[in-house]
Amino acid sequence: MKLSGLEPLVLNENSNFINVGERTNVAGSRKFLRLIKEEKFDEALDIARHQVDGGAQIIDINFDDGLIDGKEAMVRFLNLIAAEPDICRVPIMIDSSKWEIIEAGLQVVQGKCVVNSISLKEGEEKFIWEAKQIKRYGAAVIVMAFDEVGQADNYERRIEIAKRSYDILVNKVGFPSEDIIFDLNIFPVATGMEEHRKNAIDFIEATRWVRENLPNVSVSGGVSNVSFSFRGNDGVREAMHSVFLYHAIQAGMNMGIVNPALLEVYDDIPKDLLEHVEDVILDRRDDATERLLDFAETVKGSKKEAGADLSWRENPLQDRITHALVKGIDAFIIEDIEQARQEAEKPIDVIEGHLMIGMNVVGDLFGAGKMFLPQVVKSARVMKKAVAYLNPFIEAEKTDKQEPVGKILMATVKGDVHDIGKNIVSVVLACNNYEIVDLGVMVPPEKIIETAIKERVDAIGLSGLITPSLDEMVYLAKEMQRQNFEIPLLIGGATTSKAHTAVKIDTQYKNAVVHVNDASRAVTVVGDLLNKKGKHEYTAKLKQDYDEFRTKFLKRGKEKSYISIEEARNRKYKIDWDTSEIVKPNELGVQVLKQLSLKELEPFIDWSPFFRSWDLHGKYPDILKDEVVGEQAIQLFDDAKDMVQKIISKQLLKPKAVFGLFEANSVNDDDILVQKKGNEVAVFRTLRQQLKKREGIPNHALADFIVPKETGKTDYIGTFCVSIFGAQELADSYRKKGDDYNAIMVQAIADRFAEAFAEYLHKQVRTKHWGYAANEDLTNEDLIKESYKGIRPAPGYPACPDHLEKETIWELLEVEKLIGVKLTESLAMWPAASVSGYYFANPEAKYFGLGKITDDQVTDYAKRKGIEKEKARKWLHPNIAEQ
Amino acid sequence: MSNIKQALQERILVLDGAMGTMLQAYKFTETDFRGERFKEYPTPLQGNNDLLSITQPQAIKEIHAKYFQAGADIVETNTFSGTTIAMADYQMEDLVYELNFQSAKIAKEVANEFTVKEPHKPRFVAGSIGPTNRTASMSPDVNDPGYRAVTFDELRIAYKQQVEALVDGGVDVLLVETVFDTLNAKAALFAIEEVKEEREIDIPIMLSGTITDASGRTLSGQTAEAFLISVSHIPLLSIGFNCALGANLLQPHLEAIANKTDFAISAHPNAGLPNAFGAYDETPEEMGEQIEEYLKKDLINIIGGCCGTSPEHIRVIANIAAKYKPRRHAELASVSH
Repeated sequence: MKLSGLEPLVLNENSNFINVGERTNVAGSRKFLRLIKEEKFDEALDIARHQVDGGAQIIDINFDDGLIDGKEAMVRFLNLIAAEPDICRVPIMIDSSKWEIIEAGLQVVQGKCVVNSISLKEGEEKFIWEAKQIKRYGAAVIVMAFDEVGQADNYERRIEIAKRSYDILVNKVGFPSEDIIFDLNIFPVATGMEEHRKNAIDFIEATRWVRENLPNVSVSGGVSNVSFSFRGNDGVREAMHSVFLYHAIQAGMNMGIVNPALLEVYDDIPKDLLEHVEDVILDRRDDATERLLDFAETVKGSKKEAGADLSWRENPLQDRITHALVKGIDAFIIEDIEQARQEAEKPIDVIEGHLMIGMNVVGDLFGAGKMFLPQVVKSARVMKKAVAYLNPFIEAEKTDKQEPVGKILMATVKGDVHDIGKNIVSVVLACNNYEIVDLGVMVPPEKIIETAIKERVDAIGLSGLITPSLDEMVYLAKEMQRQNFEIPLLIGGATTSKAHTAVKIDTQYKNAVVHVNDASRAVTVVGDLLNKKGKHEYTAKLKQDYDEFRTKFLKRGKEKSYISIEEARNRKYKIDWDTSEIVKPNELGVQVLKQLSLKELEPFIDWSPFFRSWDLHGKYPDILKDEVVGEQAIQLFDDAKDMVQKIISKQLLKPKAVFGLFEANSVNDDDILVQKKGNEVAVFRTLRQQLKKREGIPNHALADFIVPKETGKTDYIGTFCVSIFGAQELADSYRKKGDDYNAIMVQAIADRFAEAFAEYLHKQVRTKHWGYAANEDLTNEDLIKESYKGIRPAPGYPACPDHLEKETIWELLEVEKLIGVKLTESLAMWPAASVSGYYFANPEAKYFGLGKITDDQVTDYAKRKGIEKEKARKWLHPNIAEQ
Repeated sequence: MSNIKQALQERILVLDGAMGTMLQAYKFTETDFRGERFKEYPTPLQGNNDLLSITQPQAIKEIHAKYFQAGADIVETNTFSGTTIAMADYQMEDLVYELNFQSAKIAKEVANEFTVKEPHKPRFVAGSIGPTNRTASMSPDVNDPGYRAVTFDELRIAYKQQVEALVDGGVDVLLVETVFDTLNAKAALFAIEEVKEEREIDIPIMLSGTITDASGRTLSGQTAEAFLISVSHIPLLSIGFNCALGANLLQPHLEAIANKTDFAISAHPNAGLPNAFGAYDETPEEMGEQIEEYLKKDLINIIGGCCGTSPEHIRVIANIAAKYKPRRHAELASVSH
């Protein structure tokens, strides 16, 4: 294989192992992740430079994180790297699970890169297409041992998938075999789970097979995975990495991601440690894991022999119980628990008191990387033993109905197959007497929802490791909200984070959402969430915590400069009002539309978002012919059309709208003064962009599109609200029958109708009521592309993100009185399938995004609007830049 | 199509010399550049050499014919700046297709005349694809190293249009030349592959980089070998270097790639380095001597001239080339595959 940065990198049979740097991977380096999130690209470049200086021959670059715009970051970082000859002399490994990010990366690197990665996970077609593109861009590729069924986790599956991938690439795509690199999945060993015992040896043997049977290819992998269960014990990890590499390289592994700081020289590993580690890596003894665990204690330098030293038995009761849980010693637990039971008021208090306190310590230690997974499993077993002992007492105590222990639904979300973490959490929870409903991997959201309802579970735990899973979790939270769930939602898995949970998931679901980043913590969290006495308080605290976290997170400043609001106003968008045509509406005043048939709206439906809401991605109507999702799309579309016809013929949904056209002027740059009937006026307060822009590029506010009062001319503005009534009731009736499919269908269709109605009404206004574009002749496609003249921005959307202005619209149009659409406390419209906004007719009016604004505008805005600055801050906070 | 591949097996092919240098002799004025058709064009057009294929086609044809007479096997179309990106300087983006098509057409006409006269020595036309005046992997703004004046996709689309027009005009081979930024070249190659797939044709591609200074690297910083690796994913007819350095300074870079690739090797150096007045004064004989060094070392399959070379240079080069056998790249190819 030949690769290049500014300089060549040639791999052949005689080459040494190629070391791929992983610190420029947001999943591999917390520091790098933080720097990218804070947009400190200069310091991020230093990490890359440090890697290359430190001997990395290729640098792996990855921005897959739910809170980073991966494509933008990839392009920006690679562009910056290209200006650093001491970094870009080595080849780049473009690492992402998203094709668009990979492609964006390939488009900005002149050398021959490695793409990390593609696989058969989503079928041959996608695999072939991506491979063809990669070939055309001139890159090598890492192929994951992954297919439609899942990730290869044993010897046979690894070679089966490698062989199949190879044959397709070489024979069907014509991909150069020397540019193929297999990642045969390095998984942890010594996790305490029987099925993980052969993880290392299977990888090594599969590597041997691949190198012997698939000519010219390379084999790679992320080495640190193998020692994952010994996080916190670097001595053991270093030895494990060295031993693993020693054997894997002999088998033919010729490149990989290795942290050089975590690598012991094979020959320097002490004999006894080496023996224990090799037993584990090569799976040479049944008790290899336990022996290494015990031995690991000595490697850490801890002299105490847990079993032999019984001095802890002298300690107070709680300390003893905690010690037993932390050390996983079950020898004395019954006698300690019995003592606790006698002292406690009720047996259940022992579980919720003594045992939980102990498990919290376990959770903290594990969270800090001071305990390993197998130990946690041991702790859980001690816990289980204790609970089993207490159960008869608890039962006897209860004269009335039995208290449910708690039923937890566990699932790895759609599109994701990683389940180690989830299985561990399941085991740990099960050990703590929770009943687990495990739906396995790649579970579609409908199934999670359906099962949760059917099984009446007390909490849902979602797991995922790949980045796209984050979106699935968000989706599920939305669904839970839509379906009025009340149970807590637990989020876990490697890519998840408190930040993502707080920003993206917590906001979607009104009830408890908790990010649980390790297995032992799950027990205490679930305990608190389901604790009859304290759960409401706990949930409230949780919500508040996440809200604060989120606010703090979103306020992180970006390295962008802003100009003052005065300066921004000086740079406003200037329409030449001497020549600009202002059309007086044919019908001024407020009008209501209630007698409209849905049939008239049907042609205005933009179906693409409908498919998106069902997770079928593609543009309508092309999506119906899509080779991958086409069949599903057609089926869904048939069902949707049936539903639409049913809704139309039985008038199951009811469209209502109100709109008004008024005389208006812009005043004081940013306000729009609207003339109501009589002498009354209303004022829209628009917000102005403050981002510093290049010379000649204006800072927009919607007010720029309305003629200023001082010109002496009169301009016009419109506002509207359209709504589809009855969707909730109709959906509920389906849901009651257990027909969630149609319930969701109804809501999705209602949303489409609402958007279609907005489109329809806008057209009516342009061509008739206002009439400024009386002769326009636009197809529905043109409308979707927004090729019409004038705009209809909506409060809460990019040009005017301030929801508060809805109140002004509601007042001006008497929306609630005239058509019954309400604003909720959070200024959401009810019914939900509603759209409201403004009409601007000026041909120069265009959509824009406000972006971030600074404190001076917030102050000014609050003053203009006559509200407390705090209130203004609250509503505008997503748009306020940190200063 | 296999004609040129066959000829390449049989002999060292000779590429023509400079177009710009030859045009200077005509001393065309602004009026000449405009011709009748662009009399009223809003921007100054003098210096838009590509435009002469439309306004002074006779001159272009004469130059092609002179090179063929001198012994060239291949002439390059007068389309070095024939992309929307480069033509933006003259506000002539809309003319790109016509420029390329016409240039290809007139070059092919001249080539056909010579092939008819000398059937034993078929003449070929290479569609010249220049680097454009923008660079995809470097920032023109020293204060903002992450900025790019052009994207891969913009280049790809511009190149695709040029390639389609050149192919329609009848070129035998495409020559992506004077590559100073490998990413630009990759965009051109990507575009060519798209055209090849869409039209189900297999037109040969020559690729020629340029090494600008004594550092021995391309402008975008790559070594000769790194450059070779970065473009080897496309089955090229030939790879090599042109422009910038004179023949003698180019030699080590040719050596650096010649034994690392199965593709044919090309070189079309300048007539030495420019003198204080920006002119090139290496004589045909001086240049010929340098070139003979290449041939003695068995480095070359295609040889020609770039800036400052004239039909006289090409005549000398062709005479020397006739004495040597081409570098035996095909055997290399059969061994390694």
